[in-house]
Amino acid sequence: MTDLTRLTLAEARDALKAKTVSATELTRAFVTAVEKARPLNAYVLETPEKALDMAKASDERIAKGSAGPLEGLPLGVKDLYATEGVRTTACSNILREFVPAYESTVTSQLWRDGAVMLGKLNNDEFAMGSSNETSAFGPAISPWRRPGSDAKLVPGGSSGGSSAAVAADLCLGATATDTGGSIRQPAAFTGTVGIKPTYGRCSRWGIVAFASSLDQAGPIAKTVRDNAILLRSMAGHDPKDTTSADLAVPDYEAAVGRSIKGMKIGIPKEYRVDGMSAEIEALWAKGVEWLREAGAEIVEVSLPHTRYALPAYYIVAPAEASSNLARYDGVRYGLRVPGKDIVEMYEKTRAAGFGKEVRRRIMIGTYVLSAGYYDAYYVRAQKIRTLIKRDFEEVYASGVDAILTPATPSPAFGVGEMGAADPVEMYLNDVFTVTVNMAGLPGLALPAGLSADGLPLGLQLIGRPFDEETLFSVGEVIEKAAGRFTAPGRWWA
Amino acid sequence: MNAPVDPKKLIKGATGDWEVVIGMEIHAQVTSKSKLFSGASTAFGGEPNAHVSLVDAAMPGMLPVINEECVRQAVRTGLGLKAEINLRSVFDRKNYFYPDLPQGYQISQYKSPIVGEGEVLVDMPDGSQITVGIERLHLEQDAGKSLHDQHPTMSFVDLNRSGVALMEIVSKPDLRSAEEAKAYVTKLRTILRYLGTCDGDMEKGNLRADVNVSVRRPGDPFGTRCEIKNVNSIRFIGQAVETEARRQIGIIEDGGTIVQETRLFDPGKGETRSMRSKEEAHDYRYFPDPDLLPLEFDQAYVDDLAAHLPELPDAKKARFIAEYGLSPYDAGVLVAEREQADYFEAVAKGRDGKAAANWVINELFGRLNKEGLDIGASPVSAAQLGAIVDLIGEGTISGKIAKDLFEIVWTEGGDPRALVETRGMKQVTDTGAIEKAVDEVIAANPDKVQQALAKPTMLGWFVGQVMKQTGGKANPQAVNDLLKSKLGI
Repeated sequence: MTDLTRLTLAEARDALKAKTVSATELTRAFVTAVEKARPLNAYVLETPEKALDMAKASDERIAKGSAGPLEGLPLGVKDLYATEGVRTTACSNILREFVPAYESTVTSQLWRDGAVMLGKLNNDEFAMGSSNETSAFGPAISPWRRPGSDAKLVPGGSSGGSSAAVAADLCLGATATDTGGSIRQPAAFTGTVGIKPTYGRCSRWGIVAFASSLDQAGPIAKTVRDNAILLRSMAGHDPKDTTSADLAVPDYEAAVGRSIKGMKIGIPKEYRVDGMSAEIEALWAKGVEWLREAGAEIVEVSLPHTRYALPAYYIVAPAEASSNLARYDGVRYGLRVPGKDIVEMYEKTRAAGFGKEVRRRIMIGTYVLSAGYYDAYYVRAQKIRTLIKRDFEEVYASGVDAILTPATPSPAFGVGEMGAADPVEMYLNDVFTVTVNMAGLPGLALPAGLSADGLPLGLQLIGRPFDEETLFSVGEVIEKAAGRFTAPGRWWA
Repeated sequence: MNAPVDPKKLIKGATGDWEVVIGMEIHAQVTSKSKLFSGASTAFGGEPNAHVSLVDAAMPGMLPVINEECVRQAVRTGLGLKAEINLRSVFDRKNYFYPDLPQGYQISQYKSPIVGEGEVLVDMPDGSQITVGIERLHLEQDAGKSLHDQHPTMSFVDLNRSGVALMEIVSKPDLRSAEEAKAYVTKLRTILRYLGTCDGDMEKGNLRADVNVSVRRPGDPFGTRCEIKNVNSIRFIGQAVETEARRQIGIIEDGGTIVQETRLFDPGKGETRSMRSKEEAHDYRYFPDPDLLPLEFDQAYVDDLAAHLPELPDAKKARFIAEYGLSPYDAGVLVAEREQADYFEAVAKGRDGKAAANWVINELFGRLNKEGLDIGASPVSAAQLGAIVDLIGEGTISGKIAKDLFEIVWTEGGDPRALVETRGMKQVTDTGAIEKAVDEVIAANPDKVQQALAKPTMLGWFVGQVMKQTGGKANPQAVNDLLKSKLGI
């Protein structure tokens, strides 16, 4: 019998529809795979019983002919999404035992459409990180290895559990979130596909907040089509999130395979950063070539404020985070470390509950918002944000349909290799992705080749606001030309 | 800034006169069924933590959604304060840690409030009128409540109030005495109650004041101010101002300087004491709340609310003066509460306005006051009081009998007109009967007749005797006339 876990989400869906496989069989295959893959630490909580119950219910609905669009498809859920009755920690000790009494809007829509939950996926603590190493549960490990090496590689972050699980066939797709690149960078590091939709496309309700004006939910999956299928269920207006957009959700899958002939693709010269490696340069050029061959018109565009995006991002995001994380105070839920008075209780609780990177960002955020520094940092960062947004608006106003850039400046690195001495080294991972969050635009990352040492490299497509469809059309062209990239072996099993 | 100083308002110090300068921040709880950003109930007096939604408890991933009713109420209040309504305003986060502040920040409006400058006209007891400028009005969340008396070593937190909508109404430093401060809050409260945007219940904490007090020599620039937090009765506001002004004057006259700080008023000890100094003040790290879009509405929305505003106290007072011929004082008394004004109008409709006002203010309010009752609990309805006024007007009963009748209606109820019939309270206008009584009184008191001839004011004595004889039912005018002609005076 074929290994069901190797199917794409679309293939599994079609097999379920054709009744060549049952949801229970499919789910059981994943439950077994998840168990075997514990060395990857992709799941921080496995929910096999819940998965099999849901699968059984799916089989009943399939039998009755009332299957939903995701009926019986096993998925993993980033631990930032509140799942009712299922522990939700944001991979932080401060929420180590937290079990929400509510379900996030996005996951509730997945279950509404018939999907099956396999468990909760690892991530950087409160989504702060680019390697999944800040997780209170320890790092998630990439299924990829450099040829001839057994050094552990990071799956990217913050959605490292999501990218590792998808790349290692531990689910058909996963929910993820992206504040500065947390969907696209992990996808690029693991040869998977991820989309950060336009800000407001998906509800943030029930997702543990990092930086509210930047956070956006999205999927990581094996293919562009799988992303399109998942996003349709995840997206949509939610009256409980006033920043969610009241717009109809298109049939994204219909955009997959659509011709891109005559489309205008912008190549921003500012993304050719100093010290960019030759292989990234070559990958980008290859992407350009594929799109040109598919009939797209390639134009050079300018996004002049790009180089200010990263520093501005590292003001705005920590500022919002410092306020968003104030609620974890030991008073109502989560960890509490007693103290002699309320102030000492706060201090002990937060010192014990938050990891080093989270504490660092809370301090940066508190600093940039404090009296006397607010104008110099926060206000200026917001101005830069406006300028970055305008850069994109001007490019799109000139008729460009999408922008092509590299997804990351490098392939995946080893666990413990980066950022130990200088956190900024780690922050540079987001250099190509943060602009997209700052401008609230959709960005799709997908694999386009391998590095010299055999690791996946990704490209990024940036779209117009609420035009995820174009990204799926263009992405599929690259995917077809580049082929799929799967980890060479299951060394963990 | 340096308006002519009224010497009557000055405070005498050891070294000369001082002027007190007061500005107020009033926190008024918005009348709404649910909280500012959640669907939880705002009902008072529930079991602790009975009215707490996931948003109010700041559970992870929860998001605020603006309650449109609170916006409507804030705009209506702004209109009632004749203030500028801002079609675009912004909610900010005010960050600080406190156990009864679940989010670790209060959602408030900092740089862009929903309502801008306005004004309130305030009538002073001496008949003068002052205008108090309104600086702004903004919407914000209330905090929960810490309970320190429930457990020997722990504090408990009740989040029922957490997230309830407040309007913070900030005045300009236009007030110059404790009397003015009290009159301003009284008037503001009246306006809010007319609008139905805040019930003004200070005992429940639904209206409370932060009072900013400073002193200066008349004509000097403003002195350093101290803020007295959370004063929760109008009487205490007056006391707090007096006490704080005296304290500041004492310090300055002793050669000291005032330190800007936040203070608390202790009504028991009659003193204010330091809560925290400027140095200890929080750095609130205000920034726009990224969970909420700017609050925007159009002028048509505002115009529609303006068109449906109820008649406000100033307009009502002017109308009572013009329409019913009332004195400004009586009109002011009647409009202080909307229910009182409505009651008066029900009594006055189609009757003599002045007579109606007299009966409502002197008899009814006097009696209500004595019993500690609100107008809503009055045992005498407007229709009953109206009937009493009618009976006097048409001469069926005398004013004196009317008071007895009022007493009967108050205690026993019933239709005044029927009561007059059944209890024989009708005024006797039959001159034959009155004449008989007059003759009897004159015949029985020849010595008094002599005195009356010498001193005509003695007539009053005879009137009293005749009234006594007739059980008070004789028409006083008829008695008077008859006595005069019979005695020849």
